[in-house]
Amino acid sequence: MSPRFEPIVGRYLHLDLFDRPHRLYVEEAGQGMPLLCLHTAGSDTRQYRALMNDARITARHRVVAFDMPWHGKSSPPAGWHNEEYRLTSAQYTTMILSVMAALELERPILIGCSIGGRIALHLALEHPDRFRAIIGLQAGAHLDPYYDLDFLHRPDVHGGEICAAIVSGLVGPDAPEQERWETLWHYMQGGPGVFKGDLFFYKVDGDIRGRVEKIDTNRCPLYLLSGEYDYSCTPEETLHVANSIPGCEATIMRGLGHFPMSENPEQFLKHLLPVLERIGG
Amino acid sequence: MFEALKERVNGDSALVRRGRFLTTTFLLESGDTGWLISIFEGRIVSVTRGPFVMPSSSFALRAAETEWERFFSARPPPGSNDLMALIRRRALKVEGDPKIFMAHLRYFKEALAKLRPAGDVQ
Repeated sequence: MSPRFEPIVGRYLHLDLFDRPHRLYVEEAGQGMPLLCLHTAGSDTRQYRALMNDARITARHRVVAFDMPWHGKSSPPAGWHNEEYRLTSAQYTTMILSVMAALELERPILIGCSIGGRIALHLALEHPDRFRAIIGLQAGAHLDPYYDLDFLHRPDVHGGEICAAIVSGLVGPDAPEQERWETLWHYMQGGPGVFKGDLFFYKVDGDIRGRVEKIDTNRCPLYLLSGEYDYSCTPEETLHVANSIPGCEATIMRGLGHFPMSENPEQFLKHLLPVLERIGG
Repeated sequence: MFEALKERVNGDSALVRRGRFLTTTFLLESGDTGWLISIFEGRIVSVTRGPFVMPSSSFALRAAETEWERFFSARPPPGSNDLMALIRRRALKVEGDPKIFMAHLRYFKEALAKLRPAGDVQ
């Protein structure tokens, strides 16, 4: 019996970021119009496993995802052991554009979730001509902290347990058990302080209120898809962003939560495929 | 309404096992009514309804009765489906020392979800 492999191929990319050498894990599957996928805070590319295994997408798209530095199988840069990881908007933007250049992704479609959805708004505003279209999942303009973030990284509270427990309720009620717990497992595997460091971008540095309305959807179409059960980026917050940007289209996905592509791929694809169809390519 | 916690939590051996390093007494308030809930190594030892003269507890969870009712429904609406969702809306207050609550957050979420009709975990 021959081994059953998925079509996903993973490789390690060497890249200078912020004047330091980095080793990044990159996955891809399929051929065609590039579709670059950004994972959520404290997680990794495995969130896009279903997209990369779906022939309806891979027949027309080269689907690419990378683990951000400090995440998944990407390493933190040398010297990390004496640093506090904190993601900034500038770093996040540089990282995405650098990966695109290294992989020669010419005007890809960008899809990003949560922090990925937030940076998607930044990119739509600041680099619209670099993308064929941008799809923001669970994208809001800002989120004030609603719990003490220090609990995410302290030696007397288990980091993996607390990160997963913090986000567990963000998974929608209709998620299949296997996908729900796969999604949470990724959170349990995050490095110490990494989820917290991502949230510095999400809750402090990445605030884009007052600027999103300047996004020009004539230069780059913008689609927002948000899960009904997300209380981190609520449907109201996504609709507020969408309503402030002429030409922006928003869909609220019933029964889904904060991790649509990972928690409930089958339902999510019903919303994503028509959007990809409209973007074309 | 919280009395059923003892039987439902203690009847779930996996939940009790995950709570084996949790021993505490916390106060749970629904409107003006309070319950003291004592846990020993993951098992609920007692659920005592107030009023209390001078209750001792490591922390307190306080929400309006209507909030708990929505949380305990079979399919809670968005914003009521999780303790953190209530906290985000400022509908649930965690008072006292939240460290025990946060360190055992999965346990407390799953234990309280036991009071839903199907005893489901969200």
